[in-house]
Amino acid sequence: MKRMIGLTALAVVLACGTANAQQVNVKIGVLTDMSSLYADATGPGSVLAAKMAAADFMKDHPNFKVEVISGDHQNKADIGTQLANQWYDVEKVDMIADVPNSGVALAISQVTRDKNKVFVASGPASSDLTGPKCSPNTVHWTYDTWMLANGTGKAVVKTGGDTWFFLTSDYAFGHALERDTMAVVEKNGGKVLGKVRHPINTNDFSSFLLQAQASKAKVIGLANAGGDTINSIKQASEFGIVKGGQSLAGLLVFATDVNALGLQTAQGLVLTETFYWDLNDATRAWTKRWHAERNAPGKYPAMNQAGVYAGTLHYLKAVAALKSATDGKAVVAKMKEMPTDDPLFGKGTIRADGRKLHPAYLFEVKKPEESKYPGDFYKLRATIPANEAFRPLNEGNCPLVSG
Amino acid sequence: MVEIFGIPSQALFGQLLIGLINGSFYALLSLGLAVIFGMLNIINFSHGAQYMMGAFAAYLLLQYSGLGYWPALIIAPILVGITGVIVERLFLQWLYKLDHLYGLLLTFGLALILEGVARNYFGSAGLPYTVPESLQGGRNLGFMFLPNYRAWVIVASLAVCFGTWFVIERTRLGAYLRAATENPTLVRAFGINVPRMITLTYGFGVALAAFAGVMAAPIYNVSPQMGSELIIVVFAVVVIGGMGSILGAILTGFGLGVIEGLTKVFFPEASNTVIFVIMAIVLLVRPAGLFGRRG
Repeated sequence: MKRMIGLTALAVVLACGTANAQQVNVKIGVLTDMSSLYADATGPGSVLAAKMAAADFMKDHPNFKVEVISGDHQNKADIGTQLANQWYDVEKVDMIADVPNSGVALAISQVTRDKNKVFVASGPASSDLTGPKCSPNTVHWTYDTWMLANGTGKAVVKTGGDTWFFLTSDYAFGHALERDTMAVVEKNGGKVLGKVRHPINTNDFSSFLLQAQASKAKVIGLANAGGDTINSIKQASEFGIVKGGQSLAGLLVFATDVNALGLQTAQGLVLTETFYWDLNDATRAWTKRWHAERNAPGKYPAMNQAGVYAGTLHYLKAVAALKSATDGKAVVAKMKEMPTDDPLFGKGTIRADGRKLHPAYLFEVKKPEESKYPGDFYKLRATIPANEAFRPLNEGNCPLVSG
Repeated sequence: MVEIFGIPSQALFGQLLIGLINGSFYALLSLGLAVIFGMLNIINFSHGAQYMMGAFAAYLLLQYSGLGYWPALIIAPILVGITGVIVERLFLQWLYKLDHLYGLLLTFGLALILEGVARNYFGSAGLPYTVPESLQGGRNLGFMFLPNYRAWVIVASLAVCFGTWFVIERTRLGAYLRAATENPTLVRAFGINVPRMITLTYGFGVALAAFAGVMAAPIYNVSPQMGSELIIVVFAVVVIGGMGSILGAILTGFGLGVIEGLTKVFFPEASNTVIFVIMAIVLLVRPAGLFGRRG
């Protein structure tokens, strides 16, 4: 009898041993802005999105153990780089997700390439990530400056807004957004009358708005983000810019910003996003889950957070296909090879330069009386199909493509 | 049209006026700091967080008790002032005899806690707050469109600044206060409750910050970090004006607002650095600040 028990125990230990051998461990680091201007559009909501993706994936793949950790890059490239190095070297992180702030993201893309890991860039905007600075270890998921410029810029020029003045945030992201939008405006027959570059985190825009007013441009393009965009729009309404016949084009406006402005101030604003929580049944169901776990009923997920979920899920599928997460370049190659499919962005593909392709949506912010329930922010004006929403492959100057 | 440095003079007038309006916020905030430093010798680093609390109080009053801008302008400073009184009683009163550094560390820590709590409950993107109906719209001055609300900001802030200066420099109460900072023991001997006076002074300084916060709510983004973005500039204003000098704080506040406004026209990229450049120059030439007494 004793021998029987002994043998059984041995068998169990062996069985576990083989099971362990098949188990794949994956560690994901969400590097994000936890405490400053982008923390609502990314931050804790992004960490939650990554955890939801990990949980959904592990349900179908019991032999996977996916762990999610998070860190705050404080919008500083040096802090972000240091954290990424530590994660890759010491914590054995396989993939970094999110990273709002283009300046930080360009640095992380380089670190990830040096260490041969994976960077799913769902937070940053600069189209340089799939342009001159593209990398075989980076996938740019949610949106980029070219797509924003093409969506909002083109729509505004086509409805008669053919003279522009730019308020631009004075760093990598603002410059890229301004450059891409100017190109779209000029290509469609519009003219740029002037621009002013303001420091990031500016409190008062009235001086810049007066300059914009004096330029007599029909459209004031806001090539900034977060708190800067909110302050510009709030003060433009105060200075009677829209009533005076000029219109505002918010080139990067998140659902969280609209929430912060209130519909009274934000109404009529035209913007481009790739995800809206109220788009269809799948996005609504996902948002309901996100709400329940986020425990913040007044908040709505922004497209960045949706990008973290979808990007992480697709990354894990590629790892499952390879049964290993160690070779970052191979995982990204697999991600590009496999078509993507998730409840938030639908079916899509990843291009050779690392650009994820999906449709973009041109929205208009509703008037307060049109909004039927909390979070009812947008009406859909147009859907831009995936093959038109992003910059054509041959125009990006990505070295991976030209050979 | 007459041009000055390549800018039409009309546009320049507009920018000067805008500068004065922004200067009103600097003046209101640096005034509170100067009062607190002058009377309590505390470098109040939580001033920015208390300004933020003022704006949040206005939002919460509107959201939960339906009280609009005008009642909030009175109630929010009182509520936030009371929290100031509690802080002074619980913590600050033990620090007066110690080095400045202790007060600075305590108030800085407090600011971080207040900001963190606000971020946890309200997120970082901000909360909506609109201009009160009676002040919506604006008038065309010929050289610029002046929103009514901005005109009100200048008037209110000038009134509050003058009132505070008058009370402290020209009334009996102010005389007691100033005497109490010079020699508390002697003033006590005259039967004046010095600790209570100091407590109320701190409460008043904090209420001033909250007042500025309510004034800011309709035009600036109401977010947890709204104070920390502003407070560094305001400290530079106080240092330029001379620590503890009330008149200095007011005049430099308005003056630097104008200089910053002009920088936004001629070299916008430098608009958030110009004040610190001026601070460095002033410290080199007059270490006690423009209006400070050498101590």
